[in-house]
Amino acid sequence: MSDTVLELRDVTRRFEVSQGAFRGSAMLTAVSHVSLQVRRGEVFALVGESGSGKSTLAKMLLGLLPPSSGEILIDNAPLSRRNRVAVARRIQPIFQDPYSSLNPRKSIAQLVALPLVVHGVGDRASRRAKVLEMLDMVGLPRRLLDAYPGQLSGGQRQRVAIARALVMRPEVVICDEPTSALDVSVQAQILNLLLELKRELGLTYFFISHNLAVVEHLADRVAVMYLGRIVEERSRAGLFAGPRHPYTRALLDSVLTPDPELGLPDTQIGAMMANPMSDDSGCPFAPRCPSAMDICRTTAPPVRTLSDGWATCHLNQEQEEALSAS
Amino acid sequence: MALLDVQNLVVDIPTQRGVFHAVRDISFTLERGETLAIVGESGSGKSLTSLALMNLLPKLMKRKAARLTFDGNDLLDMPERGMRKLRGDCMAMIFQEPMTSLNPAYTIGDQLTEALRCHRSVSASAARDRAVQLLERVGIAAADRRLKQYPHQLSGGLRQRVMIAMALMCSPDLIIADEPTTALDVTIQAQILRLLADLKKEFGMAMILISHDLGVVARVADKVAVMYAGSVVESGPVRPVFNAPSHPYTRGLLSCIPVPGRTAPGAPLGAIPGQLPNLIGWLEGCTFRDRCAFAAPECAGEIPTAEPEPGHEVRCVRLPALAGAA
Repeated sequence: MSDTVLELRDVTRRFEVSQGAFRGSAMLTAVSHVSLQVRRGEVFALVGESGSGKSTLAKMLLGLLPPSSGEILIDNAPLSRRNRVAVARRIQPIFQDPYSSLNPRKSIAQLVALPLVVHGVGDRASRRAKVLEMLDMVGLPRRLLDAYPGQLSGGQRQRVAIARALVMRPEVVICDEPTSALDVSVQAQILNLLLELKRELGLTYFFISHNLAVVEHLADRVAVMYLGRIVEERSRAGLFAGPRHPYTRALLDSVLTPDPELGLPDTQIGAMMANPMSDDSGCPFAPRCPSAMDICRTTAPPVRTLSDGWATCHLNQEQEEALSAS
Repeated sequence: MALLDVQNLVVDIPTQRGVFHAVRDISFTLERGETLAIVGESGSGKSLTSLALMNLLPKLMKRKAARLTFDGNDLLDMPERGMRKLRGDCMAMIFQEPMTSLNPAYTIGDQLTEALRCHRSVSASAARDRAVQLLERVGIAAADRRLKQYPHQLSGGLRQRVMIAMALMCSPDLIIADEPTTALDVTIQAQILRLLADLKKEFGMAMILISHDLGVVARVADKVAVMYAGSVVESGPVRPVFNAPSHPYTRGLLSCIPVPGRTAPGAPLGAIPGQLPNLIGWLEGCTFRDRCAFAAPECAGEIPTAEPEPGHEVRCVRLPALAGAA
């Protein structure tokens, strides 16, 4: 069996956006030339802010949205040639908002059993047994079996979403901001549960988040996305010890640890966003970058290979080291 | 004399099953130029506390207090007409969701100048000048042009800056910021918080920051009050509270958040088992005792306030026993 369970090859997704009456439409590139490989059994984290294209990428991985160009492979077979149901057996999502991702008119038992019904697994009795097993596994009391999502707390709902995602024993779980709608005490419980289940079931997580502290806690490898492009992909330890891309550095600087001695960081980056509609060739981060040079605005930055990954930036190694030292 | 003096504030919500005590007997004072952070999870009563100060609670909720004064004025007996004079002029509020708290049907300029034109007899052009000046101060380029735009034409970060500028229009003495950065990206969050801190210093304002984010609170506040189930369980200057957290709830919350470089990656995070107690009816004793690992029979009785350091107050009867366990 191959080591790579999920692979993206030069995946691009464009959307046609109407500019208003009489003005025709323009192309918005949400995901631009993304290539990455997710190894079996790892937690691959994708970090980015709103509008970076991370949720578009998640939708493509789930087969909910076809890429405009490029290829997505699962176990070395192209996603486009598999049917949706077969893909759903292997890849399951956990979404951000447990308030909207569960049908309020279905009982917990129905919600968790639905994937089994869709795939025609077992009869009623065996499905019920399976659902009970899942509830135990995610730490939900069995008395909630016939409850409805409206009667549950946010943490309990997210546990239902996890039970539903895992009932078919998928290989890969796409976690799209699974804890950002939750209180911190509940977030801790859900993160602990996700790590425990991963060890128990040998799962692979594709973990999408904007919370760097959470990513540091559970990822093995991290890709940083900015305006549809991956700007740096590293091992967790390498990225947090020595970020190479100025955007990654700004992200790390912005993590506010509960430390009253430190005060507020000065990230030194502008607030000006590049226009995602324009398809110019420079670095997408150049308008906000504190170390932007003329070349950054005209030429796409080269990919530099590092011992534990790569980054794409015009700064050479000495310039980068001087920056990280300051 | 303190700018704001709140003694024994209570917010009650009558329900069919009895009275829901959403805020229970909380007291604090705030001096000019000071930042108080009220931190807590959802359901702790922190947002209702801020609405109660502004007398903006929904009609069916009842506010009671032993004392509630702002700049020497008694807010408890103040008629609505008097409150309207204060609101937006001497005390202003920044709400959490810049997407929903701006009126989509009016331009940024209309909304910015409204408060100033209501409270002061200034000409339209003077109000406009003030708006432009403040938009520039909060870091919005081409402020002239922005005044004619509608909220949907601005990004989330810009909208939040507009909200801040709006709150500053009449140079208030007190700003209440309810989760001012929760809806924003992390890199923008740091910028907005720095901006608020700078402006606070420049205008000599006092600020109440409502937040669930311990990192934000630790970096921004002078004083902090930790709320749980409607009561303040621990309060004091920010350094002792974060460096020597004493209430089991505060300790539990801090152990729940992963801190890069401090928590071991992949290790289980701390957890607070259980759920908020039912707040209907008056609860005797500590509201946290059902979830507390250190609970003892005396927790059901009267809870005295301990003061391990001057100003650092902890409402826990088990504090002497805990000090040994820490």
